[in-house]
Amino acid sequence: MSDNLQPRGADDTTFAQPLYTPIKRRSFFMYAGATAGATALVLAGCSKDSDTTPTSSTISLGTGDVGVLNYAYALEQLEAAFYAKVVATPATDFQTGELAYFTEVAAHEAIHRNFFKAAITRDAPGKLLQDLTPNFTSIDFTKRLSVLTTAQTFEDLGVAAYNGAGILIKTGAYLVIAGQIVSVEARHAAYVRERLAINTFSSSPQIDANGLDKAMMPVDVIAAAQAFITEKLDASTVGK
Amino acid sequence: MDFFKLIDQLSEVDADVMGRFDSRRAVFSSLGTAAKRTALAATPLFLGAIFQKAYAGTTSTPVEVLQYALTLELFEQDFYAKVKASSQYAGASATDKAAIDQIKGHEDAHVALLRGAITGLGGTPVAAAPFKAAVFATLTTFNGPVYGTSQLGIAQLLEDTGVRAYKGRAGELLGTALLTTALQIHSVEARHASKIRQMRGQKPWVNPGDDAVLHPTYTSGVTGPTSTTTPFGYGIPAYTTASPTENNTTQSGVAITTALGATYTTADAAASFDEYLQAAEVLDASRAGGLVGA
Repeated sequence: MSDNLQPRGADDTTFAQPLYTPIKRRSFFMYAGATAGATALVLAGCSKDSDTTPTSSTISLGTGDVGVLNYAYALEQLEAAFYAKVVATPATDFQTGELAYFTEVAAHEAIHRNFFKAAITRDAPGKLLQDLTPNFTSIDFTKRLSVLTTAQTFEDLGVAAYNGAGILIKTGAYLVIAGQIVSVEARHAAYVRERLAINTFSSSPQIDANGLDKAMMPVDVIAAAQAFITEKLDASTVGK
Repeated sequence: MDFFKLIDQLSEVDADVMGRFDSRRAVFSSLGTAAKRTALAATPLFLGAIFQKAYAGTTSTPVEVLQYALTLELFEQDFYAKVKASSQYAGASATDKAAIDQIKGHEDAHVALLRGAITGLGGTPVAAAPFKAAVFATLTTFNGPVYGTSQLGIAQLLEDTGVRAYKGRAGELLGTALLTTALQIHSVEARHASKIRQMRGQKPWVNPGDDAVLHPTYTSGVTGPTSTTTPFGYGIPAYTTASPTENNTTQSGVAITTALGATYTTADAAASFDEYLQAAEVLDASRAGGLVGA
């Protein structure tokens, strides 16, 4: 795993160690295993917020297929906001082609976000999840490594989220849409992984001994993503 | 509702009813997990869904969907085995060899997994789906500029086709535990496609600037008569009408370029969503079907 996180080439000399450490720790939580990571982040959330955030302020993503769509909408909001900021304030040490790449990905994720907004508004009037406020304070957008590592986290998490949500979907048409998006997220994931370390596009432990990608349930995904979202989200009823 | 009495009654009018349910054992295992987290009051609704599955579209059982997936994996596995045995691969860089080895390892794992699942459901796994040796012999380079004569060019076509193929059958596994496994394979194929594309200097996603954009892999439709029986012995759904092509910019009736509150390019709109292919399209002579054989 540590190979994924090593800076490459010229980055060794320009790399900011104080930044690297917290990023690496967070990534460890993401990849040590869904349950371990989720538990750690949930616990962190509790210790930080239990005194200040009453339970009643938690936003439910809803039930049934609309819940699944709002769940996807929440994740796409997060990704779209992240890439928009990556493009608006590019890392000073981006390598050739990386800004152009992120500009295209920013468009893909904005399209995914806006598509879900349009689809939910059309199919379930009044059920659309509110606009979320991202919390990117842990990300140093001026540093390539911070951006790439966070991008990998979001893309791998997105793939695991769609893979896990498939079984919760009851409408075939929504399953097809989810399938059409998840493979694009997987393409993104494989790209950022290759920028961080060669031949990690589908390496262990992201892919297991059966050749399977990760699949995570909504509560575990939201627990992992919660650190990047100001509002408290409740995914416990998604798909039910 | 007396579930067992209902099955008895069905047996009287349909002698094969138990066989139908047996081939859908996965549905019942899915019911097991669903029941654990669902109030008993909701159970009749779930049973209704299962009956609908058991009697809808008799051309396609979960085993047949798995056989189709196994066919594609065997095909890819044989292709990469041929690559690894070639002099072109021998002359590639250690890094590129390692990438191919990683991909081949996953195809091996998928074959083993699917074989086990089919056997577990009482089926006999498809034995082989070799990549035509005569066609392979025309791939004179490992990673040359012409996709049609390079091993990686064909690898890109196979991986992108695999991504489309899994998407095309996922709906038939709706609500079953098998769906999750299929999705977990599907995203690995997409990672492979992304890597092969990067090795070739193409964008990681299907886009109008691809050198192979006009290949049938990225379009849709069939070139010949279709059948609901495959050369491999299992059934597939009847071909209806051409699937959307990869340059599609309308999803679920929403015009992506203009209807989202902002204007997006057709390239970004097309790249944001991968498209599916029906089994008949994948097995058409213009795509994988034309490359399978001795």
